[in-house]
Amino acid sequence: MSYIIDRRLNGKKKSTVNRQRFLRRYKSHIKKAVGEAMNSRSITDMGNGEKISIPTRDLNEPIFSNGRGGHMEQVLPGNKEFVTGDRIPRPGQGQGQGSGGSGASDSGEGMDEFAFQISQDEFLEFMFEGLELPNMVKRKLAGNDSFQVVRAGISNEGTPGRLNVVRSMRSANARRIALSGGKRRNIKLLEQELEIEENKDAALRDQRRVDELRLQIEDLKSRISRIPFLDDFDLKYNLLVKQPRPSSKAVMFCLMDVSGSMNQATKDMAKRFFLLLYLFLQRSYEYTEVVFIRHHTSAKEVDEQEFFYSRETGGTIVSSALKMMRDIMQDRYPASEWNIYGAQASDGDNWNDDSSTCHKILIDDIMPHVQYYSYVEITPRDHQALWDEYRSVEQVFPDHFAMEQIIDVGDIYPVFRQLFTQKVAA
Amino acid sequence: MLDTAINNKQPISTTSEWTFDLIQEYDREIALLAKEFGLDTYPNQIEVISSEQMMDAYSSVGMPVGYSHWSFGKQFISVENNYQRGRMGLAYEIVINSNPCIAYLMEENTMTMQALVIAHASYGHNSFFKGNYLFRTWTDASSIIDYLLFAKNYIARCEERHGVDEVEALLDSCHALMNYGVDRYKRPYPISAHEEERRQKEREEYRQRQLNDLWRTIPNMGGAEEHAEPHRFPEEPQENILYFIEKNAPLLENWQRELVRIVRKLAQYFYPQRQTQVMNEGWATFWHYTLLNELHARGKVTDGFMMEFLTSHTSVIYQPSYDSPYYNGINPYALGFSIFTDLRRICENPTEEDRAWFPDIAGSNWKETLQFAMRDFKDESFILQFLSPKVMRDMKLFCISDDDREKEIEVGAIHNEDGYRELRAKLAGQYNLGNREPNIQVYSVATRGDRSITLHHTQHQRRPLGKDTSEVLRHLHRLWGFDVHLHSLNGDEITASFHCPELGRDRSEEEESMLVPKPI
Repeated sequence: MSYIIDRRLNGKKKSTVNRQRFLRRYKSHIKKAVGEAMNSRSITDMGNGEKISIPTRDLNEPIFSNGRGGHMEQVLPGNKEFVTGDRIPRPGQGQGQGSGGSGASDSGEGMDEFAFQISQDEFLEFMFEGLELPNMVKRKLAGNDSFQVVRAGISNEGTPGRLNVVRSMRSANARRIALSGGKRRNIKLLEQELEIEENKDAALRDQRRVDELRLQIEDLKSRISRIPFLDDFDLKYNLLVKQPRPSSKAVMFCLMDVSGSMNQATKDMAKRFFLLLYLFLQRSYEYTEVVFIRHHTSAKEVDEQEFFYSRETGGTIVSSALKMMRDIMQDRYPASEWNIYGAQASDGDNWNDDSSTCHKILIDDIMPHVQYYSYVEITPRDHQALWDEYRSVEQVFPDHFAMEQIIDVGDIYPVFRQLFTQKVAA
Repeated sequence: MLDTAINNKQPISTTSEWTFDLIQEYDREIALLAKEFGLDTYPNQIEVISSEQMMDAYSSVGMPVGYSHWSFGKQFISVENNYQRGRMGLAYEIVINSNPCIAYLMEENTMTMQALVIAHASYGHNSFFKGNYLFRTWTDASSIIDYLLFAKNYIARCEERHGVDEVEALLDSCHALMNYGVDRYKRPYPISAHEEERRQKEREEYRQRQLNDLWRTIPNMGGAEEHAEPHRFPEEPQENILYFIEKNAPLLENWQRELVRIVRKLAQYFYPQRQTQVMNEGWATFWHYTLLNELHARGKVTDGFMMEFLTSHTSVIYQPSYDSPYYNGINPYALGFSIFTDLRRICENPTEEDRAWFPDIAGSNWKETLQFAMRDFKDESFILQFLSPKVMRDMKLFCISDDDREKEIEVGAIHNEDGYRELRAKLAGQYNLGNREPNIQVYSVATRGDRSITLHHTQHQRRPLGKDTSEVLRHLHRLWGFDVHLHSLNGDEITASFHCPELGRDRSEEEESMLVPKPI
């Protein structure tokens, strides 16, 4: 008799572990491919999966096998024209009839690369591996709205509502056993003696001794019964503590210079950088908002489309954008609730006397409230006053401020990694 | 009630949709026929699975449970890739040599395909597993699943305790030598998970004690024997390299020896399958063909059913000729099916030629003859015994000999009167695992010296070792822990030597190049 079983509802991801093992083993290959993909990808499919190729020789599982050479005999099917004794020129090396069949790929073409697809999640995992957001937890945990109550074991004090009955009874039981141990041992001894006495012949029995023993046993028993069943210090309570919960909301300010000196290519690079940061923030926080601020001589809060694609010309006053960021922060994103990240991209041009204003706004109004502020300067040219002013900001807030220079597209991902590389706690 | 089912001329189903009831019914009909034909099977467990699950099963060599290792992940990814790109259809079935015999049906298949798979796997392969002498003596169908579970759990525990990397590296090395982890001639004890677990502790102690003896460095106080010629160790060359390592490698920890043992046991379990591919597939193909044709003859299936069945049957037994771009060796399904089919013909309608070639079986009872052929042979002896001139003619087999001392390839025997015997012997030799894999054995161990191990490769027709050899030696070096030497011998003459670490190199340099599989 056969049993027919429907297994379709059983787990189907049985090979997941093995797949993970595979990815783990070839991490370095995959990371390299991801790094390359980051630079060559168009912006819109930044977060998609990726096709990874690994040279087949790296995947090889070696076994002892016969090499070519020596005397080889082989039986083949499908003879058309040959008769015994025919001589055929040997076909080209490594190809044709002599290959023995077993090693050849069934598609008929040689395979030099083992190619496969990794999913979007896996891609991002590799992309952001080893990176972390600095200062994830709010420095100030203000307000009482972001607490969560967690269990924290057992305590001796508490409100009756939190009484842990099982633990209380257990400790009461333990106490009773401990307090009555000696007495029960005595009872046992006395009872043995009593039994011996009672088993004696009636003539030999010492009735007085029997009575005395009975009295003693009685006495001990009553003393045991006087041990309280439940005492005050038996009571155990579930302990609950409040844990401050780090805010899981983040806002990211994207500041970009759109003055005449920023061309489309530069803006494209800035956009890639912002996008990477956005993907990264999204992985770390439950909820992420983005504020786009663009500026030339004056700043404007805009939507994404306008931020990246509309063009304007004019001079550059960076402080206008910083002022706007400060105002928006004060209005809409109180630092007690939001994790604030700032990212600024510029080509480094600024009115000379404005740079010191930027410095002042950053130091006084922005840096104390943000988790992290990163500045990338996209320029192949020498730095100008703005860079130097920002350098001094970095010295004041070394943990919360970072700046790097990007020259071409290939720099973006490395610079991003550099900015967010996990810092080992000193 | 069964009688009415047989006499009822209504086809079982007329559409290609399958249901569980229909599968049940087909199974019952096929089971009845199989019994009539005298097939003896384990009880069947037929499991319906989805294509994803089939890919899972496929990449773990068909086993329902298996330990975790990256190579299975690689297998899975490549199966998944090929399947998604439509480059490859999935196997219609996987069948496991266990008791009960587990066969998988894919939910995407049509009713015809399900019936085909049931006939092929649940009655064809199943009866082969139960009947063939190799499977009977070398594997224990009732305990394999338990053993796999034991292995999986044990390896998972090792990973927890010693780290995934350690375990993975060791398994890599064992896999490299897996083909050399079988006893070819000695019948192994049946494996049982329960027994394994019970004995594992015992073994640990015993093994350590034995090792200590072997590697004793304290001078012998007896005095007299000290100058005696040291024994060569091992006294006889050992073909089971993994077994030798498990028992004698000086530096392995106990858990590592257990892992070697697990890989060895699995290799042993798969060994009969590697030796009976042609027979096994040929037998199953012959029976699905016979059983389903019989169903049709009795009016149980429609003509449409038969058309669909025959389409996939012909593609299964398609044999491209040697010069076709699709040629990938001799198709075991085609060869096996042809031999079994012809065997039946020889029994039922023998010609003069058959009477000359097969005097004892021509005209005999075909069912008994086929049973006999299935039971007591492996591929090599099966071909040598039963490959008939007609099959050689039909397949147009010919033999070529390629000698590196000659400029050209020479055509040897072909499918004619003079060539049949030689051709048959050559083809049988091609299925001898001993010829296909290089013959490598543990020759000696320097127990008193540098503890190095020496292996000998005995060449078959002067064939040298392949290019992976040094790579495999590094794995062996990792397991053994001391120097490894491999000499390739043609007769008594050493034609090539491999060493790990390579000779003549500075040790410090050595360490660097050994980074990949570092010695334990």
